Amino acid sequence: MKDDNVTSIVLYGIGGQGNVKASEVCGLAALLSGYHVKKTEVHGMSQRGGSVESYIRFGKKVFSPLPADGTVDILICLHEEEYPRLIHQLKKDGIDLFPYLAKAKEAVGEQKLFLNTFMLGVLSAFLPIKTEHWLNALNQTFKYAQEENKNFFLKGKHSGEQK
Amino acid sequence: MATKKTVLFSGNEALAYGAYEAGLEFSAAYPGTPSTEITQFLSQFKEIDSQWSVNEKVAFEIAYAASIGGKRSMYIGKHVGLNVAMDPFMTSAYTGVNAGFVIVTCDDPGMHSSQNEQDNRLFARVGKMPLLEPSSPSETKELIKKAFEISEKFDTPVIFRMTTRICHSKENVTIQERKDVPIKNFTPNPQKYVMIPRYAMMRHIELENRLLKLKKFAENSPLNKMEVKDKKLGFITSGVTYLYAKEYYPNASYLKLSISYPFPEKKVRDFCKKVKKVFVLEELEPFIQNNCERLGLKVYGRDASFHIGEMKPDHIPQIVAGKTKKDKPLVNRPPELCKGCPHRIVFNTLKKFDVIVAGDIGCYTLGTLPPFNGLHTCLCMGAGVTFQEGLSKSIQNKKVVGVIGDSTFVHSGITGLINAAYNKTKGVILILDNATTAMTGGQPHPATGKTLKQEETKQLSLEKICEVCGADSIDVIDPAQVNDFEEILRKRLDENNLSVIIVRKPCILMKQKMHPKTFTNPTPGVGR
Repeated sequence: MKDDNVTSIVLYGIGGQGNVKASEVCGLAALLSGYHVKKTEVHGMSQRGGSVESYIRFGKKVFSPLPADGTVDILICLHEEEYPRLIHQLKKDGIDLFPYLAKAKEAVGEQKLFLNTFMLGVLSAFLPIKTEHWLNALNQTFKYAQEENKNFFLKGKHSGEQK
Repeated sequence: MATKKTVLFSGNEALAYGAYEAGLEFSAAYPGTPSTEITQFLSQFKEIDSQWSVNEKVAFEIAYAASIGGKRSMYIGKHVGLNVAMDPFMTSAYTGVNAGFVIVTCDDPGMHSSQNEQDNRLFARVGKMPLLEPSSPSETKELIKKAFEISEKFDTPVIFRMTTRICHSKENVTIQERKDVPIKNFTPNPQKYVMIPRYAMMRHIELENRLLKLKKFAENSPLNKMEVKDKKLGFITSGVTYLYAKEYYPNASYLKLSISYPFPEKKVRDFCKKVKKVFVLEELEPFIQNNCERLGLKVYGRDASFHIGEMKPDHIPQIVAGKTKKDKPLVNRPPELCKGCPHRIVFNTLKKFDVIVAGDIGCYTLGTLPPFNGLHTCLCMGAGVTFQEGLSKSIQNKKVVGVIGDSTFVHSGITGLINAAYNKTKGVILILDNATTAMTGGQPHPATGKTLKQEETKQLSLEKICEVCGADSIDVIDPAQVNDFEEILRKRLDENNLSVIIVRKPCILMKQKMHPKTFTNPTPGVGR
């Protein structure tokens, strides 16, 4: 991915999966790498179990917080039933990380809280952001279970690197 | 030495931080999406006296009076909140300010969590106050500072209009140190502050003069920015729509309005002379467009289908092509009451009775959806009580039950209950007391005995206030005692009285959330 272009990511699932937190980490990691970042969410009362989608866009200069349809570079879905909802947003040669969801579920097992962190790790393998910035962003965003978050992130990263 | 630091801030955080930098001393608000986080963020600053107020009218009056008293202050609320504060709002334009006073209204195009999508820009014209509109978090932080300057320079309240997309988007924001502003003296001045008709007439003249001056200011201010590039295609726009347009047409010409009222007529005329084909792009109402049309300018507006819902980047080329709105139909998973939510028990119980349920604003409004289908009206704050009265005046063959939350009852249910008792209304009102303002993420209110800053304070007793309002009976019940609850409800429905049943069980999310430190996003660089 070239640095002078804007990279658009959509991250979606349902309320309670830590979707917004994960987009927070990604946005912060991009900021720490010196990019201009815009990050936004669509969630109608998601706390009550509704659909949630987060968008992260970063580059030299970003105008709109929302990407245009069919221009998303990377798609991450945290919930199988939600998957079909937003696939149209991915651009033709975009990267779909949905296949990693099964791996992520297997890796976290009962510790479902870390599904988002694992998927962030997978995402990190596809972005020009250094690991130190990711770990820094993780620590700033998650005040609890920092060690576990780091571990699941690194596992996800490893998984993503097996492309 | 001034220190600068770049952080990732939402529009709401940027607004709060910008107000802090501008020397804000006092703020008052009632929680409401998408405005809630502004006040939560302000609560961390020890320099600022910030509060959750009982409702928006109260919040507005207190914050406005603090400005008259000499401190820079701010009212914050969601779009419909300003309706509640309309009474003080309208006359504050006459009386003006002492220290700067800013009215923050966070509109919700697309109704992410609201009962309507009114466009509060129209209130600027109704109230005759200047209107500022940012388009992004970084712009918000700078523009809110200007709002205080404009307020003081022109002796006027200033409307600061945010939208959900700006409130909840995040962006790199550079923060600076706070500039303390000396507190001004309050000098009694009845001609300015006591609105008896004779004085109000003089103030109205003053107000019209002020608008002329503000108009000149809007014409010349760099906040209304003209970027002339491609002279064939241009846009007059404001808010986040400006950024959506830039995404598609980076080389077009732009007149970006940050002060959209008073309308900068000359600048707009000038722009239309320079650019051949001019489109007006805005969210919700055709506010800018109507102003252009009033001037007889030939501009292209949006099809009426775009007056509904949130603007999206994909709409821009559709508007330029003169089309009607076309959205990809998305099937969203509907929200539902949380598993283990005490409201579930209430609606499961209500289902057993053949009653009409007058609802109110809060999580429990979701009781209208399957599987409960158990709430039949919801209009505005407090209407759970007043609709119980009004509906029961008309509906003869069924009993009407009013349902209202604890925070909503304190906000505007109390006056309705007094009215019900005074006018000899019979029936049952359920106050669903989950010990928090749950829908907006769990804010304290008078009946919780905690302030915004989580300090202990006098606790309002719901039982006592219902009693003095004139309820014939007040029961307090834990809905987990399902049978007892059902029995009480049956008993009270059979009686010919005005009964209040306080259904008391804390929101299940609050166990995790009430911890005072967890409600603000931990954002780097702001840990005071």
